[in-house]
Amino acid sequence: MPSDLLLVLPLLLPLYGALLCLAFWQREQWQTVMAGIFQVAWLVAGMILLQRVLEAEVISTQVGNWPAPFGITLAADVLSALILVTAGVIGLAVYLFSLQGLDITRRRFGYYPLLLLLQMGVAGVCLTGDLFNLYVWFELLLICCFALLSLGGTKGQLEGTLKYVTINFLASGLLLTGIGIMYSLYGSLNLAELAMLVRQPEHPNLPLLSMVSVFFLAGFGIKAAIFPLFFWLPASYHTPPVAISAFIAGLLTKVGIYTLIRLFTLLFISDLGFMLPLMVVLAALTMLIGVIGAAAQTDFKKILSFHIISQIGYMLMGLAIYTPLALAGSVFFIVHNILVKTNLFLISGIVAQRYRTSSLKRLGGVYLQQPMLSVLFILSALSLAGTPPSSGFWGKLMLARAGLEAGEYVLVGVSLFVSIITLFSMTKIWNEVFWKPRPVSVRKGSLVTPVNPLRLWQLYLPVTMLLGVILLIGVYARPLVRISEQAAERLLHIEPYTDTVLSNKAVK
Amino acid sequence: METLLPLMVGTLFAVGMYFILHRHLFKVILGLILFGLATNLFLFVIGGLTRGGSAIISGEQQVATEPYADPVPQALLLTAIVIGFGIQAFSIVLIRRVYMTFKSNNVDDLNKENEHH
Repeated sequence: MPSDLLLVLPLLLPLYGALLCLAFWQREQWQTVMAGIFQVAWLVAGMILLQRVLEAEVISTQVGNWPAPFGITLAADVLSALILVTAGVIGLAVYLFSLQGLDITRRRFGYYPLLLLLQMGVAGVCLTGDLFNLYVWFELLLICCFALLSLGGTKGQLEGTLKYVTINFLASGLLLTGIGIMYSLYGSLNLAELAMLVRQPEHPNLPLLSMVSVFFLAGFGIKAAIFPLFFWLPASYHTPPVAISAFIAGLLTKVGIYTLIRLFTLLFISDLGFMLPLMVVLAALTMLIGVIGAAAQTDFKKILSFHIISQIGYMLMGLAIYTPLALAGSVFFIVHNILVKTNLFLISGIVAQRYRTSSLKRLGGVYLQQPMLSVLFILSALSLAGTPPSSGFWGKLMLARAGLEAGEYVLVGVSLFVSIITLFSMTKIWNEVFWKPRPVSVRKGSLVTPVNPLRLWQLYLPVTMLLGVILLIGVYARPLVRISEQAAERLLHIEPYTDTVLSNKAVK
Repeated sequence: METLLPLMVGTLFAVGMYFILHRHLFKVILGLILFGLATNLFLFVIGGLTRGGSAIISGEQQVATEPYADPVPQALLLTAIVIGFGIQAFSIVLIRRVYMTFKSNNVDDLNKENEHH
C-alpha cells in the first residue's frame, strides 16, 4: 500500500463510517453493523501504519500536493502510529461493550457516528504535521467529546459537560494564542520547518520561545489534566454511561500528553533548563494529588477518575526526566494505561449495570455472584498498580530506572510511594465491591438486574479481550519495550522527521 | 491602531475571563463569546497590521509587492472564527438545556443538586 494512502486512511475511514451511520439515522441495527466494520478497519489501518513506520521510521505526505512547508502535511512516526493502534484496540472494545452496555436510545441517536468522528479527531492529532492543524483536529475531537458527554442529557451529564466545555474552551483559547505568537516569531506553522528554525542558535526570537512554550504547557496541561489544572476531570468523567466515559477517560488525556511530548521534543527545546525542573515538580504533584484524591472517594468511577490524574503524572515524569529510557518508559506507560484504564472503566460499567449503583457503600458481594468478573477486575487492578509481572510494572520499572540514572531520587521516591497508594486504592475497591457481603439494607430492595447469560457473555467479551492484550504486554513485554525505545529514539533525534517531511515535495 | 488594538485585546480577555467565572449562566455564555473574540482579535493583531496592501500577485510578477498583509494569519483567523462559532453554538444549546433541566440559571444550584444524591 502506498504510504500516502496509509496516512490518509485513519482519517477517512472514521469519516466515511460516520457519514454512513448518519445515512442510517435511527436505524440502529444498520448503524451497529456499519460502525463495527469501520472499527475493525480502523484498527487494521493503524496496524499496517505501525508496521510501515517500524521499517521506514517516518513517513509523510502532502495533502493537496502543495510542497511542505506550505501544504497540509501529514506525518507519522512510531509514537503516533502506536497511539493509533492502541486507540483502535480500545475503540473496538468499547464498541463491543456498547452492543449490550448502552441503552438503545443513545445508540439510535448518534452514539456511533460521534464515536467514529472522535476517533477521526484522535487520528488527526496523531498524524498532523502542522501546528495550526493540530489545533483544528483537537477542536474536532473536543466537540465530538462534548456531544458524547452530554448525549442523553441527564442532570449529572449536563452538569459535567458544562464544566468540561468551559474549561476546554479556555484551553483552546490559550493554544490559539500560543500558535499566533509562534507564527509571528518564526513565520511558519509546519512542525518540521519550525523544528529546524528553533534549532538555529542565532535566531533573534529564540529567547521568546519559552513564553510560547508556557502557553502550550498550560493549554495541553488542561487537556491532559496536569496539576493544578485537573479539577474538571473528576467532575465530568464519571457522569455519562460507561460505554462513553470508558473511551474518553481511557484516551483523551493521553492524547494531551502525547501532544506535550511531541511539542517539547520537537519545538520547545531551547529552554529545557527551566521547563524540565518545573515539569518534575508538576509530575510529582500530579501523581500525589491524584492518588490522594482517589483515597477520599467512595464511588467506583470517581476513584478511577482520580487515578487517571495520578497516572498522567507518570507519563509527565518520563518527559520531565528527558532521557531516551525515560521517554521510552513514558510511551510504554501511555499504551499500558490507555488499555488498563479503559478496561477498569468497562468493569465498573458491568458492575454498575447489574447493581444500578457505583457507590462503594451500596455495593458488595460481587465475588460470590460473578467470580469471573472479579478475576478480570483484580488482574486489571494489579496491572494498574504495577505489580510484577504486569504491564504497569514494566512501564514503572523503565521510568524509575531512568529517574535513578538521571539522579531524580525524590521524583522516583514519590512515584514508588504513589504506586503503593494505588495498590491500596485498588484493594479498597476489591474489598468494598467484590469481597465484603452486600449491605443488608440494599439486599432487601433486591435491585439486581436478572442475568441473561448471552448478554453477560457479550459484556465480558471486550473486557476479556482487553485483559488478554494487557497480560500479553505484561508477560511478553520485550516487543513493546523495543517499539517504545524506537519511538523515544525518534523523538530525540528529529533529523529523519524533518528530512522526510521537508524533502517530500509535491509530486509532479 | 497599533496601540489601541492590543489594549482592546487585553480588555476583552479580562472581561471574558470575568464573565466565565460568573455564577450566572447567561454571563458564562457572554464570557465564552468574548473570550473567543479576544483570541481571534489577538491572532489578527499579532499577524501584523498592514493597510491597503493585498497579497494578490498580479499577472507578470512572481511575488506580491511589499508592503502586503500576510494572508496566513487571516486564514487562521477565519478558521478559528468558524470553529469558535461552532463551539459557542453548542455551549449555548447546552446551557439552555441546563437551564431547562435544573430550572435555574445559577451555577451554584447545579452543585446543590449533586449533593442530594
